[in-house]
Amino acid sequence: MSVATEQAPAEAAPGVRAARKRGPDHRPGLSRKLPYLLLAPAVLLELLIHIIPMLVGIWMSFVKLTKFFIANWSAAPWAGLNNYRIAVDVHNSVGEGLLKSFGVTVVFSAVTVVLAWCLGMAAAVALQPPFKGRSAVRTLFLVPYALPAYAGILTWNFMLQRDTGAVNHVLVDNLGILSDRPFWLLGGNALTSLITVALWRLWPFAFLTLMAGLQSIPQDIYEAASVDGAGTVRQWRNITLPSLRPVNLVLVLVLFLWTFSDFNTPYVLFGTAQPPAGDLITFHIYNASFLTWNFGSGAAMSVLLLIFLMIVTGAYLAVTGRRSRRA
Amino acid sequence: MRLRSLVAAAAVSALGISLAACGGSDSGDSSNGGSGGDQTLTYWASNQGTSLDNDKQVLTPVLQKFTQETGIKVNLEVIGWNDLQTRIQTATTSGQGPDVLNIGNTWAASLQATGAFLPFDDDAMKAIGGKDKFVPTALATGGKEGEPPTSVPLYGLAYGLYYNKAMFAAAGLQPPKTWEEMVTDAQKLTNPAKKQWGMALAAGSYTENVHFAFINAAQNGADWFDKDGKPTFTGDGNVQGVLRYLDLMQKDKVANPSNAQYDNGTKSVNDFANKKVAMVINQNNADSSIVANGMKAGEYGVVPFPAPAGAAAPVGSHVAGINLSIFKNTKHKDAALKFVKFMTDADTQTTLGKPFSSLPVLKDAKPVFTTDAAEAATFSDVYNNKSKPLPLVPAEDQFESTVGKAMNSMFAKIATGGTVTADEVKAALKTAQDQVAAGS
Repeated sequence: MSVATEQAPAEAAPGVRAARKRGPDHRPGLSRKLPYLLLAPAVLLELLIHIIPMLVGIWMSFVKLTKFFIANWSAAPWAGLNNYRIAVDVHNSVGEGLLKSFGVTVVFSAVTVVLAWCLGMAAAVALQPPFKGRSAVRTLFLVPYALPAYAGILTWNFMLQRDTGAVNHVLVDNLGILSDRPFWLLGGNALTSLITVALWRLWPFAFLTLMAGLQSIPQDIYEAASVDGAGTVRQWRNITLPSLRPVNLVLVLVLFLWTFSDFNTPYVLFGTAQPPAGDLITFHIYNASFLTWNFGSGAAMSVLLLIFLMIVTGAYLAVTGRRSRRA
Repeated sequence: MRLRSLVAAAAVSALGISLAACGGSDSGDSSNGGSGGDQTLTYWASNQGTSLDNDKQVLTPVLQKFTQETGIKVNLEVIGWNDLQTRIQTATTSGQGPDVLNIGNTWAASLQATGAFLPFDDDAMKAIGGKDKFVPTALATGGKEGEPPTSVPLYGLAYGLYYNKAMFAAAGLQPPKTWEEMVTDAQKLTNPAKKQWGMALAAGSYTENVHFAFINAAQNGADWFDKDGKPTFTGDGNVQGVLRYLDLMQKDKVANPSNAQYDNGTKSVNDFANKKVAMVINQNNADSSIVANGMKAGEYGVVPFPAPAGAAAPVGSHVAGINLSIFKNTKHKDAALKFVKFMTDADTQTTLGKPFSSLPVLKDAKPVFTTDAAEAATFSDVYNNKSKPLPLVPAEDQFESTVGKAMNSMFAKIATGGTVTADEVKAALKTAQDQVAAGS
C-alpha cells in the first residue's frame, strides 16, 4: 500500500505545475504542499496501524519480555538472538512443538485452500447460466461469509460435541452409520473438524471472487467455441480457466495467507482445550506468549512466521510473474 | 503484476498486524480520571456463584451498601475463569486495568512478580483493618514469603469428595476413607449401560486438572519446585501422582470418557447434581451449583478427598481461594483500600459466605455456607489441617497452564481410545518443564 501512496505525489506534480502556469490565482507555496497535506493522514495512519506495531513486534522478539517486565516494557533486558535460538532448536521441546504446529498448519492450509477453490469454482460455474431462483441460491451460498465468525464457529462447536452435538445425533442416532460416538474436537478428528469449519467459512469468498471474474469473460467466446464443437469441459479448461488466471493468482494467494494465519477458527472452536491435531501456528504462538507470559519468545515466532510468509509470497509472485511474461 | 504485488503487500502486512495485535489492547473499563468527591472504582469480580449473572445479583446490593457508607461508586464487572487470567495480563501489559480485582490465590506470587499490584505494606494493612484479622494460612497465599503480600484473602475454598447418599446406601457402601476405597466404590457405582458413572471429572479444564496433579503428587510427598524456584516436574512422585488421577478414566474406568470435553468444574458438578454420577471432587463452592440444580442439602455428604493407604502425606486440597488485589497505578488508592477493608469485613464476609459457598478467611469466623454441620466440619478440617499451599514462586502460573494443558491432552488421548503410560506422562511433564524454563 505504501508504494502506491508514495508514488502518487510524483505523478501528480507535473499536472499541478501545469495548472499553476495556466491559472494566475494559484499561490505557489500552498499548491506545492497540498498533495502532501492531503496524503499526510493516510501516511500517518499507515505508520500508526501497520508499520509501528510491526516494528514493536520485531523489537519484542529481541528482548526478554517475561512477566517480570510486562508492567514496564522498557526495563526488559536485551536477549539478542536467544528467543530465535529456542524457537528453531528442534531438539528442545519448544522448538519441536513449533515445528509440529508448522506441519499441521501446512496440511491445514493446503487442504483448505484447494477445497475452497474447488467448491468456489464449481458453484460459480454452476450458477453462471441464468435460471429461476439463481440469485436466491447465490445469496444462500454467501450466508457463511456474512455470518459473524464467532457465532458461526460457536454453533459448529455445539454441533460437534460428543454427547449432545447434532453431528453425532444424526450420524449415530438417526442414520446409524457409526455405532460408537466419536469425539470430533479431540484427538485425530480435530483436524478434520477444523478444516470443515474453516472451509465452510472460506469457500463463499472463493465463490464470490470467481463469480465476479466469470462476468468479465465475453459470452461470444463460448458461443464461438460451441459452434466449433467444444464441450462444456473443454470450454471450461480452454476458456474459463485461462481467462480467470489473473483472478486465480490473487485469490489463491489471499486464501493461503488467510488460512495460514487463521486464529479465530481454532480459538473459538477449541477454547482452552485445544488438541495437538488442531494446533495451528498462530494459535500456538498465542499460547506460547500468553500461557507462559513469554512475549519475547512469541514475538520471535511471529517474526519467523512473517519471514516465511514473505518468502512464500515473493517466490509465488516471482514464479507466476515470469510465467505471465512468457505467455 | 503491480496490482498483484500491492495486494500481496497489503495481505502480508495485515498478517503482521493481526499477529502483533495478539499482544493486544483490551480496552477494559479503566478508571475515569479522579474528579474530586465523585469517585468511581472499577472492580473485576471472579465467577463465584452459579453464573456471571448470579454473581452480579449477589454483589450489587453489597456494593450499594458500600456506596451508601462511603459515597464511593463501584463499577462492577464479573469475569469468567477462562478469561480472567488473560484479562489480567492485558491489563498489566497496557497499564489500563481496574482499580480492585479478584485473583485466584494460586496466581498471587506470579502476579506479584509483575510489579503491577500494590503491595500491602504496614500502612496499607492498617488501612484495611490489620493483618491479624486474617487466618494466617489464608494470608500466606497473598504473595511470596518474606515480602509484603500484593493480595489479601477474600473467599476461602478447599476440595472435598461429594457423594450421593442415596446411591451409596442403595449399593450398601460407606463413604471412602482411602483412594483405593474410593476407586472400588466408584467401580461398583459405574454402569455405562444405564449412563451412570462413579465419578465425574472436569478433565478438559486445565485449572482443575493441575490442582489434582498437585494434590496427588503432594500425597506422594513430591513437590513441583525446589527451594530455588526451579521446576522439578519429572520426579517419580509427580509422574505417579498424575498417572493415578488419569487412571480414574483410563484403568479404573469410573468416569465417562466424554468428561474429557468438560472444560470447567461446573459441568462435572452438574452431572453430580443431576444424579448421573455418584461422586465428584470439587471445592466447597460447588454447594451453590448443586442446590441450584435441584439437589437438597441432606441428599449429599462430603468427606475429605482421600489419599492412598500409606500415603506420604494426607493432603486433600491445596489452600484454595480467591484473593483481592489493588492495581498499583490506581488513581483512587484510598478509596480502593476502603473497598478492600469493606469486602474483608466480618459483616460482608458473612453476607457473601452463603451465596458464594466460601470458607471464612477471618479468624474466629464460622462457616456459614451450609446448614449441614458435618459438611462444614469436613471442609474446615480440610482447609485447616489437610491443605498444602501451591508453590509460592513466580513461575506458579506457568506450572498451572503447562501441566494443566498437558493433562488435558492426556485425558483426550485416553478418551479417544489411546493409552498413556508412565513414560508418556514423564515426557509430557518434561515438555511442560522446558516451557516453564524457557519463560523464566
